[in-house]
Amino acid sequence: MNKMVRMEDNPVSREDRRTVGKPFSGSPRMICRNVNVFYGDKQAIQEVSIDIGRNEVLAMIGPSGCGKSTFLRCLNRMNDTIDNCRVTGEIRLDDMDIYDRKVDVVPLRARIGMVFQKPNPFPKSIYDNVAYGPKIHGLASTRRELDEIVETSLTKAGLWDEVKERLAQPGTGLSGGQQQRLCIARAIAVSPEVILMDEPCSALDPIATATIEELINELRTQYTIVIVTHNMQQAARVSQRTAYFHLGDLIEVGSTKRIFTNPIHPLTEDYITGRFG
Amino acid sequence: MQDVEPSAPSSVRTIDIINRRLNKRYRAEKRFKRLGLAAILSSLLFLGLLFTSIVSQGYSAFVQTYILLDIHFSRDAFDVSNLAGADYNGLIRKSLQSLFPEVRDRQEKRMLNGLVSSGAPFQIQKMVMSDTSMIGSTRSVWVPADDDVDMLMKGRIDRSAPEAERRLKDVQLGWIDGLRGDLRLKKKFNRIFFTSGDSREPELAGILGATMGSMYTLIVTLLLSFPVGVASAIYLEEFAPRNKWVDLIEVNINNLAAVPSIVFGLLGLAVFLNFFGLPRSAPLVGGLVLTLMTLPTIIIASRVSIQSVPPSIREAALGVGASKMQTVFHHVMPLAIPGMLTGTIIGMARALGESAPLLMIGMVAFIVDPPGGILEPATVLPVQIYLWADSPERAFVERTSAAIIVLLAFLMVMNAAAVFLRSRFERRW
Repeated sequence: MNKMVRMEDNPVSREDRRTVGKPFSGSPRMICRNVNVFYGDKQAIQEVSIDIGRNEVLAMIGPSGCGKSTFLRCLNRMNDTIDNCRVTGEIRLDDMDIYDRKVDVVPLRARIGMVFQKPNPFPKSIYDNVAYGPKIHGLASTRRELDEIVETSLTKAGLWDEVKERLAQPGTGLSGGQQQRLCIARAIAVSPEVILMDEPCSALDPIATATIEELINELRTQYTIVIVTHNMQQAARVSQRTAYFHLGDLIEVGSTKRIFTNPIHPLTEDYITGRFG
Repeated sequence: MQDVEPSAPSSVRTIDIINRRLNKRYRAEKRFKRLGLAAILSSLLFLGLLFTSIVSQGYSAFVQTYILLDIHFSRDAFDVSNLAGADYNGLIRKSLQSLFPEVRDRQEKRMLNGLVSSGAPFQIQKMVMSDTSMIGSTRSVWVPADDDVDMLMKGRIDRSAPEAERRLKDVQLGWIDGLRGDLRLKKKFNRIFFTSGDSREPELAGILGATMGSMYTLIVTLLLSFPVGVASAIYLEEFAPRNKWVDLIEVNINNLAAVPSIVFGLLGLAVFLNFFGLPRSAPLVGGLVLTLMTLPTIIIASRVSIQSVPPSIREAALGVGASKMQTVFHHVMPLAIPGMLTGTIIGMARALGESAPLLMIGMVAFIVDPPGGILEPATVLPVQIYLWADSPERAFVERTSAAIIVLLAFLMVMNAAAVFLRSRFERRW
């Protein structure tokens, strides 16, 4: 874009906190404009504007406390559960303003699923973990349909072959990586359009991480995925676009390849070259 | 030690310092362990003493002395149309007379009749009314002996004491020995104790009335305090906005938990009896008062157990699109319910042992018939214990202890039920 061209002539100063790169997309699934988040008096996110494209994996990176998880939780209004949290600005899913008064968070969260940092299966059976979402939303009218949804979701999450013999056993008895895949299966069981992942591999060993990363790559064909990660290699491996956050500001957005090979903003460069964070 | 330089570079020295202090640290640990063990042992000792004293005093109340009488139900003593009007006392007197024909003196006769409980005529009456065919025959019947005879049989009356200081006179002792020689005096399982209500006569007094009263009262308490307490806890924890009013409510709930229970009794008297006009001495009112008393306990325990449910479970449920209520009832409640049950059982145990507030609403009355419902006058176990402990008769001492044993058994059954429920709820998922 012309903005970028200008950058090459004129390097961005370290103090400039305006977003550089390509934050907008041609066919966005989600549109965020001028999003501010406050915890009480403290502002956690400042004027973030970004598009999330269809069937892409957007990685959000940045040092701890930079607001990337906070921003992620705005996307399905999980911040509503925090008493003194206030969100301003506009976030749209397709044509719907998700912070509109009339919007009901229950169907919204069915359309925008979430996977958390620590695997958090319900203390119920593997089957019930996956079947819970479809059950409360009434997605299956018969037991057979429900069985089908459970099987498809577990298959998509790459867990079916490992657990099909023991669906009645508690989900909490699985290994960490399996639990996280169970949580992914639970999220996709309600057929969301967007899946938010908040550092999904931070509690997992490298082998389980690799499995999840492969899974994310496969899921991309059907879902839009936003993933927060501390692990830059992971961001490089799984995402098409990367957004760099710094102290509540969205500093730079661009194709993952470009961000990691040719960052524009000095703060981004510092971070990916390991000078801080 | 004084000359040790703080920044001594040698590592040998550092380890020496650590080692020197090590023994002291271990000694402190051992001392602490021993103190803890001593504390536990001493509390066990006191508990043992308590149980021993109660059981050793109370076990004898579970048997009762009975006298075997041959009663002749002569036809002319009964008017078939008015069985209740017959002179059952006379039948017993006649029977005793035939056993000791030598007793002629009027006063001696009265003393002889005093060996049999004053409840015996009612027993005979009940027998006749349930089976009129016995009229005209002679039957051998075991009737309860008077409490003084019972005490003598249990060795609680000193025969060697001077006659004037004894409840039983020499001539009565002679008759008792005679009855014993004829095998007409026997200690049998005390059914009366478990099947009847209170009585002025120790040998006729039973625990059933108080047990039923306690049961009805606790049922009312449980039915009211558990749902109300759990619902308040859930609302305060999950739904209530954080503001000054909620803070005020919270502070007041915590304060209520510390209010002396008799105050709740006064409140019950003023509100439930005087304002709403509910019946006096009724388990319903007792239950209402105890509900007020146990609610804070249940609310506090339930809130703690809701707080201990990991937030990740709530997030997981909200994340798949569960509503607030579904999150609470499908995920938070199942995890919190064992803790809520524990709180409830603590509250109920306290309610079971409570007597002060119930005194205020009239549950201390002398009530003979076991209550048949929550609106009938009743008393409860702790109040019954208090009433008996206050009675002068020697035989009430053992009954007091026996009632305490029943109360403790009641408590154990309740706790066992709670443990059972807990384990069931924990196994469900």
